[in-house]
Amino acid sequence: MTAVAPNSTGGAGGTQQPILSARGLIKTFGRVVGLDGVDLDLYAGEVLAIIGDNGAGKSTLIKCLTGALVPDAGTLELDGKRVSFQRPQDARDAGIETVYQQLAVIPALDIASNLYLAREERRPGPLGSVLRMLDKKGMRERAGKAVQELGIQTIQNMGQAVETLSGGQRQAVAVSRAAAFGGKVVVLDEPTAALGVKESNQVLEMVKSLRAKGLGVILISHNMPQVWEVADRIHIQRLGGRAGVITPESHSMTDGVGIMTGAMKLEG
Amino acid sequence: MTAGTSAAAAELARRRHSPLQRVQHLLHGYPWISPLVILVLTMVVFTIVNPRFSNPSALSLLIQQTAVIACLAIGQTLIILTAGIDLSVGAIVILSMMVMAKLAVENGVPAPLALLIGIALGVGAGALNGLLVTRVNLPPFIVTLGTLSIFTAIALLYSGSKSFQNNELPDLLNWTGTSFPVGPFRLTVGVVIVLVLYAIVGFALSQTAWGQHVYAVGDDPEAARLAGIASKRVLLSVYVVAGLVYGIGAWVLIGRAGAASPNAITDANLQSITAVVIGGTSLFGGRGRLIGTLIGALIVQAFYVGLSLARVDQQYRLLAVGVLVIVAVAIDQWIRKVKS
Repeated sequence: MTAVAPNSTGGAGGTQQPILSARGLIKTFGRVVGLDGVDLDLYAGEVLAIIGDNGAGKSTLIKCLTGALVPDAGTLELDGKRVSFQRPQDARDAGIETVYQQLAVIPALDIASNLYLAREERRPGPLGSVLRMLDKKGMRERAGKAVQELGIQTIQNMGQAVETLSGGQRQAVAVSRAAAFGGKVVVLDEPTAALGVKESNQVLEMVKSLRAKGLGVILISHNMPQVWEVADRIHIQRLGGRAGVITPESHSMTDGVGIMTGAMKLEG
Repeated sequence: MTAGTSAAAAELARRRHSPLQRVQHLLHGYPWISPLVILVLTMVVFTIVNPRFSNPSALSLLIQQTAVIACLAIGQTLIILTAGIDLSVGAIVILSMMVMAKLAVENGVPAPLALLIGIALGVGAGALNGLLVTRVNLPPFIVTLGTLSIFTAIALLYSGSKSFQNNELPDLLNWTGTSFPVGPFRLTVGVVIVLVLYAIVGFALSQTAWGQHVYAVGDDPEAARLAGIASKRVLLSVYVVAGLVYGIGAWVLIGRAGAASPNAITDANLQSITAVVIGGTSLFGGRGRLIGTLIGALIVQAFYVGLSLARVDQQYRLLAVGVLVIVAVAIDQWIRKVKS
């Protein structure tokens, strides 16, 4: 493994303090080593892509960053403060939103309910405080605004069940949810994997607008052209460790794939 | 894209929906419509066959007879919404009922206390099911198949297989059977209790965060967990609430049957599941409305009353209910394939 310092030329915040920083993350599953001492830095207002072969530890890494898994060792700092997440809700409360590859939405619930899932808003007054009644109308209105902000025109009715939407629209709902509540960091796991070209481009536009809002965005992807299009920096995972960090300017796609597969070594 | 082409595209999209697809969408949004249509058709047909079916007295009897199964089906709906199933409904009801009756009659426990202990036992039994499902990670079918035998055995051992008639029981336990006129109808206290339970649980399911979480956990427990829902806690709460409903159901049953007998409602499990399924709730979890269950319970009872008024062999009721269950599940499968 070649340890590489974060590239100071890439990203929006070269000299700033990272918004999210991981040091020496280790996660094992029985005798299988998922993560073998991984470091990661993410700055506000940048898109950090994570690429790597199957089994390189991409999913394990982001699960450790988002509270879905608890690392065996290593430290996490959010905004310079030490944090440790036991559950996804802990990461969410701290301002890290995640869009998972397969499990992004609940199909049976409507769009507004999905956006507000696990942080529902109640009606004002005794209806809310005593009867715990949900403010469905208000949540639908605000959900409509959140979806509009990301420039999604195809979704109109916030009371529509998510299972009636197309794959791209479902992903748009998941990303809107992350964008609407993502205080600091948004993590996207293969957001375009199941989508067509046009829908993928819509999601990539959403990723760019998240960056424009000043959020730190982590994008896991297998699609190299997409990574080279939107990423500011690229973190390469290999065999459970960090093989290096490059930028779309410093290295070509071929170099990136070479480092990913071990055909090429990154020089410090 | 110009405004002209997008309008044309919208028009095309609208035309792509055949009338059948529109029906599918409607049923997807309102799954209780098909049971309601079946209930209305059933009542119309039985009234044509024998006008006495629509007499206020016959309808009153229909409602009173539906009350107990409709009550138990509330708990069954909650559990089926989480993609589970409860085979121990009948056993929990019998256990709660026998404890209430024996404590009051033989042990001299004051009636209100005996009632509360009986209901609490229902809650405890539900909690045991829930803990086995969430902590030991056993499938609900196996858990409740086991507790079905366990609770039945305890109820029989405890009561010595003895029945208590209503003249032995304290007034409070018989109170649910007390009837009173409402216009031309006669309702019982038990019917009112069941309707109030429907209102409370229906509100909780459709209007509170807890209800949203029940649907989310039933639809996809892992996605719900990643969204920040404490899936296991929600699942446990469902079994506890179901147990509470069964405990109250035991009280309603004493009033309806006019006795507390360990041999009462032997078919409560299948009848409650039938009511839920005919009511449009999906056995795969996450889809369904509580009001559908009430309609489903009424349909089953309407077949029973209607066929006997039509002087048709009672076995046809069983046959008709069997056909309805299969049709209801087939409709559910079709609705779930909905696409925009």
